[in-house]
Amino acid sequence: MKSLEELKAIRAKMKAQMEVRDNDENTIRVVVGMATCGIAAGARPVMTAFLDEVERRGLKNVSVSQTGCIGLCRLEPVAEIFVPGEEKVTYAKLTPDKVPTIVEQHLVNHNVVTDYTVGAYE
Amino acid sequence: MKELSLHLLDVAKNSFTAGARHVEIILEEDDAGWLTITIRDDGRGMAPEFLARVTDPFTTTRTTRKVGLGLPLYRLTAEQTGGSLDIESEVGVGTTVTARFQRRHLDCPPLGDMAGTIALLIQGSPDVEVLYRHTTPRGTAELSTEELKEILGEDVSLAEPEIFAWMQDYLTEQEEQAAVEVPPASLQGGF
Repeated sequence: MKSLEELKAIRAKMKAQMEVRDNDENTIRVVVGMATCGIAAGARPVMTAFLDEVERRGLKNVSVSQTGCIGLCRLEPVAEIFVPGEEKVTYAKLTPDKVPTIVEQHLVNHNVVTDYTVGAYE
Repeated sequence: MKELSLHLLDVAKNSFTAGARHVEIILEEDDAGWLTITIRDDGRGMAPEFLARVTDPFTTTRTTRKVGLGLPLYRLTAEQTGGSLDIESEVGVGTTVTARFQRRHLDCPPLGDMAGTIALLIQGSPDVEVLYRHTTPRGTAELSTEELKEILGEDVSLAEPEIFAWMQDYLTEQEEQAAVEVPPASLQGGF
């Protein structure tokens, strides 16, 4: 049973980690489109999958956030990934099962998963 | 949209973009299959002229495109089940969107993943205070960001993946305990 007590333990753990966290300049940003188009196409489980995977792998230099409509409604769910010093990459037609591959290949190993990018569909 | 919770996710986001400091999301289910979803915020509110045409798909505040489908689709879904959508709003005070759904109606989508929906709304706007309560004849699922922040303090954000995971799991357990089985839709009178 999940409890508020457990949250206290998480807080203690996270405070300890925060000291070693990278500064903002090194943060990789994952931004998922969550407007009507994205939500209807399945962005919620994709967003959840990114958060779950980042948490599972304990990636401290990744921030996952939500945005509105990026203007690629027909290719939703869409996610943009910003790695400092690298070009922005836009992934399209995402499903939760594609997310672990993107996290492992792109966020950890810095290899773009070209099969899932917008370019593969355009 | 295949779930009511997805409509809710979409419509509730309007409250956050309206600059609300507090958002309340209240679900109440009764024994007769009626579900009332109330989304109340203290955002900037809407002028009467805008409010009058807010469920028109060609009404939107965004400037990039002339279409806004969140509220029109929400209203359509409510009315298809025999329910309704009411919006009250006042500039500078806030907006309350109340939708009623008959869950036993054939055209009523399942409620879907409320835990994920609420956890994502909070994760996406960690500075806004959210109160969520889902009451059914069997029980209540509840989460208040003010309560969470008392425990977490200033320096651990509700946007952190670890906190998201906790909120999702916490709410999933509560939702499972409160969940009401909706009897199969009645076909009488139709077809």
